[in-house]
Amino acid sequence: MTWFLSHLDDVGVFLAWHVYLSAVPLVLGLAIALPLGYLARRYRWLYPPLILGTGLLYTIPSLAIFILLPLLLGTQILDPINVLVAMTVYTIALLVRTVADGLAAVPDEVLLSATAMGYKRFSRLLRVELPLAVPVIAAGLRVAAVSNVSIVSVAAIIGVSQLGSLFTDGFARAFLAPIVVGIVACVLLALALDLLILAAGRALTPWLRNRRAS
Amino acid sequence: MIEFDSVTKEYPDGTVAVGDLSLRAPTGEITVLVGPSGCGKTTSLRMINRMIEPTSGTITIDGEDSGSVDPARLRRGIGYVIQHAGLFPHRTIVQNIMTVPTLLGWDGGKAKARAMELMERVGLDPAFADRYPNQLSGGQQQRVGVARALAADPPVMLMDEPFSAVDPVVREGLQDEFLRLQSEMGKTIVFVTHDIDEAVKLGDRIAVLDVGGRLAQIASPAVLLAEPASDMVADFVGRDRGYRALAFTGGQVRADDEPTVPLGASVEDARAAAGGARWLLVLDEEGRPAGWVEPAKMAAPASADFLNRGGTVARADGSLRQALDAALSSPSGRGVLVSPDGALIGTVPAGRVVEAIEAERVHRTEGGAS
Repeated sequence: MTWFLSHLDDVGVFLAWHVYLSAVPLVLGLAIALPLGYLARRYRWLYPPLILGTGLLYTIPSLAIFILLPLLLGTQILDPINVLVAMTVYTIALLVRTVADGLAAVPDEVLLSATAMGYKRFSRLLRVELPLAVPVIAAGLRVAAVSNVSIVSVAAIIGVSQLGSLFTDGFARAFLAPIVVGIVACVLLALALDLLILAAGRALTPWLRNRRAS
Repeated sequence: MIEFDSVTKEYPDGTVAVGDLSLRAPTGEITVLVGPSGCGKTTSLRMINRMIEPTSGTITIDGEDSGSVDPARLRRGIGYVIQHAGLFPHRTIVQNIMTVPTLLGWDGGKAKARAMELMERVGLDPAFADRYPNQLSGGQQQRVGVARALAADPPVMLMDEPFSAVDPVVREGLQDEFLRLQSEMGKTIVFVTHDIDEAVKLGDRIAVLDVGGRLAQIASPAVLLAEPASDMVADFVGRDRGYRALAFTGGQVRADDEPTVPLGASVEDARAAAGGARWLLVLDEEGRPAGWVEPAKMAAPASADFLNRGGTVARADGSLRQALDAALSSPSGRGVLVSPDGALIGTVPAGRVVEAIEAERVHRTEGGAS
């Protein structure tokens, strides 16, 4: 506890980096997964390769990807951009299937009536399909958020500082306090992101509340 | 008027869903497409608003080739109602009804006022306006579906088995109200159903389609029931078509005066009124038939609890089918006839209704011959 209080500033900076490195990829990943998921839903033949392909990305060990990316992107090994890109890739891996399945869960008669009312394809997607896919997409996003918070900490090994740095620091000095603080901070951050997405999902789906209320 | 001109829909695998279909749905009338599953009735309907594109042939709406209009624009001008309503679950009832006006760029206040007006017209409590579809019953949702289709006041409506997913009692109510609405609005309606009774009840004209989307017969319900053009049509229309055709036969039957007592009448009064007859008709406070009693078995004044309500009641100005049914279902064998406001006019025995039916038939066939 005394260690935590005396290193409050350091922990704060690590936390800020951790939020940045795990949350920004969540947004970027979602932005890229939406069109990919839509394509997988729209063109049936694309579904298996897209889902399998993006799914395989998730099996690449994070350490390997952190080290490989600078070679592919021509960036410095310490550049946080590598971590951002890597986490975005993982988010995409988790969300493409979620988006495709979320869109597939929209009832056929709703699609049919939307088309019959005179919605064009894109506005139907925007106004009808995506709002109805929100519960499924939000559930996938929660998994991705927690997964990101956990994987980002590995980046401490390649020297990109965030809460994971507390683990490497603690290990190097055989000192337990920073490790405990790091774990607690990670869990709290994951919980906070999870609740945030849950709340946003609820706010976007008012029709799922008050079922059959009088 | 909607006109199909040799319209064919053939799928790449060679299946012909609709084969060389030509028919007309006249302006202001309900044209029902009916037939067994696989007869292409829904496919035909969806080709009208280009949800499905015909392989060949043209469909014109009031003289304009629908194939030449932008599909989204075309659809905004055509009301569409489907089974299970297909409401948008994420929008409130009023937002659902405002869908097409919003797509057409109406001012929000005007669209909302229109939606509220329509809720009232289709018999929905305005308190439902801000609820979501999952808070409504199936029948209520279907009313919203009809209101939504009517929102931009389209001249043409397409309805695909709109009432088949609700229970029979609700369905009958929806059908009656739909007919009432149509009598006020006079839309050009194409209505798909697999239920011949619904077709006969709602249709001004009925087109019977056979498997493969071939037109077997198109005619008014009365003609279809009386003169089916082929064995297929006869089979589809069903065995009791002779009886059902009576629904279209009006005719005068003379009503006898029927002795009655009011609800609450004493045993003595009832026995005196019946004058030895086994059954006696009881009227409610408004003079409407409430049911029958057997005065000989009465132990207490006539109360609503022990009335026999087995008999149906027919409007004196209604069809002979109703009158015959009233007579056949009445425990006394005397069918109860009422005025449009439900007040008792008198009773008629089944034999006299049958005589009226026969007289009507002779009148019709001789009228047709001359």
